[in-house]
Amino acid sequence: MKTAFTNARLIDPATDYDGPGTIIVDGNIIEASGPDVATDQAKTVVDCGGRVLCPGFIDMRAHAVDPQSALAGGITTIILQPDQTSIIDTDAVVERIRHRSVDSQVVSVYPMGAATQGMRGEQIAEIGQMQQSGAVAFTDCNRAVANAQVMRRLLEYANHFDALVVQFAENPELAAGGVAHEGETATRLGLSGIPVAAEVIQIEQDIRLAELTGARLHFALISSREGVDVIRRAKAKGIKVSCSTAPHYLHLNDNALEGYRTFAKVRPPFRSDDDRVALIEGLADGTIDTLVSDHSPKSQDVKRLPFAQAADGIVGFETLLALSLAPVHSGKLSLMTLLKTLTSNPATLLGLPTGNLAPGSFADFVVFDPNKPSRISEKNMISAAKNTPFDTLPVQGEVWKTIADGVTVFERD
Amino acid sequence: MSTHSTDQSSYPRADVAPPSGTLFPHKHLLGIWGLDPTAIKHLLDVADGYVDLNRQAIKSTETCRGLTQINLFFENSTRTLMSFEIAGKRLGMDTISMSTGTSSIKKGETMLDTAATLNAMHPDVLVMRHGDSGAVKLLSEKMDCAVINAGDGRSEHPTQALLDALTIRRRKGSIHGQTIVISGDVAHSRVARSNIYLLNAMGARVRVVAPPTLLPADVDRLGVEVFHHMEKGLEGADVVMMLRLQSERMQGAFLPSLREYFHFWGLTREKLRAAKEDVLVMHPGPMNRGVEIASDVADDLDRSAIEEQVEMGVAVRMACIDVLTRNLRKEAAS
Repeated sequence: MKTAFTNARLIDPATDYDGPGTIIVDGNIIEASGPDVATDQAKTVVDCGGRVLCPGFIDMRAHAVDPQSALAGGITTIILQPDQTSIIDTDAVVERIRHRSVDSQVVSVYPMGAATQGMRGEQIAEIGQMQQSGAVAFTDCNRAVANAQVMRRLLEYANHFDALVVQFAENPELAAGGVAHEGETATRLGLSGIPVAAEVIQIEQDIRLAELTGARLHFALISSREGVDVIRRAKAKGIKVSCSTAPHYLHLNDNALEGYRTFAKVRPPFRSDDDRVALIEGLADGTIDTLVSDHSPKSQDVKRLPFAQAADGIVGFETLLALSLAPVHSGKLSLMTLLKTLTSNPATLLGLPTGNLAPGSFADFVVFDPNKPSRISEKNMISAAKNTPFDTLPVQGEVWKTIADGVTVFERD
Repeated sequence: MSTHSTDQSSYPRADVAPPSGTLFPHKHLLGIWGLDPTAIKHLLDVADGYVDLNRQAIKSTETCRGLTQINLFFENSTRTLMSFEIAGKRLGMDTISMSTGTSSIKKGETMLDTAATLNAMHPDVLVMRHGDSGAVKLLSEKMDCAVINAGDGRSEHPTQALLDALTIRRRKGSIHGQTIVISGDVAHSRVARSNIYLLNAMGARVRVVAPPTLLPADVDRLGVEVFHHMEKGLEGADVVMMLRLQSERMQGAFLPSLREYFHFWGLTREKLRAAKEDVLVMHPGPMNRGVEIASDVADDLDRSAIEEQVEMGVAVRMACIDVLTRNLRKEAAS
């Protein structure tokens, strides 16, 4: 049974193709894609009405699997972080998650394994076996592997398996007790700060180790101008580093904490506006490789607390596309570059078969209208947790259809 | 030559009634931030009246008779709690105090439940202190009655700033144009923050003097001049406010030792020579004698206003309770 998606603006970031075209899906495989594809064999024809059709988004940092919410955001591949109820640090847990993902056949879930046992930063976890079971990268999630010796050995060992190590760039000593960006806002609100140096020092230290070991290293959630600059220089030197940030860092600065808004409490913290602008520049020039949602659903119980005690995190699946499109609409970022950070770049980094529209690959793709105006509304969110600071924010861009494994799993009028 | 004008007429006049006709248009007193000079002056004026009352033999009034005040302290305190309790009693209120150390009720979740419980008992004024910045604001969102912040984390301690301002105003005649030095652990001090906002709003020239480890980031953005040398900071000062150095900051990463701290930043008679002859020395208490302040300075009757501050504390807290319950009492009377 074949389905044709016609009259679409095809964007395949893997091949830099951007033009009108049609996609033929046969079962769960893309049979053909391009401008001159015959649709006469297709049983169903879907008119995309000129909307953008691109590979399904790969969210490289999610703390929970929330399938319906992810699909509504156009995400067909979730990279689950190891900070689950039972930490993902053995191949058995990895296997269970992969099996569940294959069985459900909706969203593909690939776990990242813990880089060190119990994410304690002391002993290297069983990277090889976890990788065999399907773990795509290794990280201690929201803790940095701060010990330089452990990190060095981790990189050397992971390099043997060509496994990607993902570091949370925050020096734990400098960040100890901190809950906000160290600056005027934190000073006035009486919150203890995390200086930018906490991020930069960790990045600089680990870049040296990446250089020493020749291993691949990825920094999760860069938040500062300095951080972007350091990584830009390392890339120019040919060191195998990459990094990501989340769309909320492109929108908010530390002013969002005004009135002790715990919905704006994230880690790393929202920094100054200069840092925010630098992140957009870093995306535009390719220094920042991927955009992630950092989806972390949190209930009111852990958010409605005094700021220092409240949990970090934002629900990000459903707002990922709309928030990421804002710099595109303001002319600071091309649509192609943005879609690379959401599809082909994470696929390359993690060695995933998805993230492209080439004939023969899995039919995971999303059709979205980049210009459709709407308001982010927590009431309309599918996600059970509603911890977003963006409620009522006017945005442009909405997912129309999400196709996972050849099946239309989400659609909107 | 300073660019800071000391011309009295250049400053917005605080004695002009605002268009709304309400001198204190707020439901709660959560902090000095956000209060305009009119509101601050109004509180100080009302407090001034209570100073005289407090010096009489018969001190209690019927002003707030029948209203209930709850003092809820999640952090240990004796003087502030006492001060609020006396203030309430002198206004004729039914005052209940509840002091729970940080250990017994730790989670803010329980704090909000406590708030809901207290709210159901229909208090008219809730005075609250909590160890977390922003906790009092969070709680005030759940309360129907007026909430007074008696100190939250490192954020604000508005009644302390008001009583300091009243002390300065009574001693110096005005706050406007005075050079006021705040010295000590500014980074961890809610007293410093509230004082900086208030003194800036009232047109004083504020300096902070402290070792770099005890100053928060970007403190100059709050509108203060920053000094690290005590003698330089004290030059030409009209008022010196010393802050208490918390014992947990004394050792370890912030300071090498008490001896060294006293040597460089302790307020002594010698260092005080740089200040004006009639300099006023203040301290929110309790003092660490020989750490941030030398005993002979603290006990200098001509310069020290430390006990007067405590006296002003009761008057200021009476004024806050009085002003915040005015609408309520008008409703009750009609």
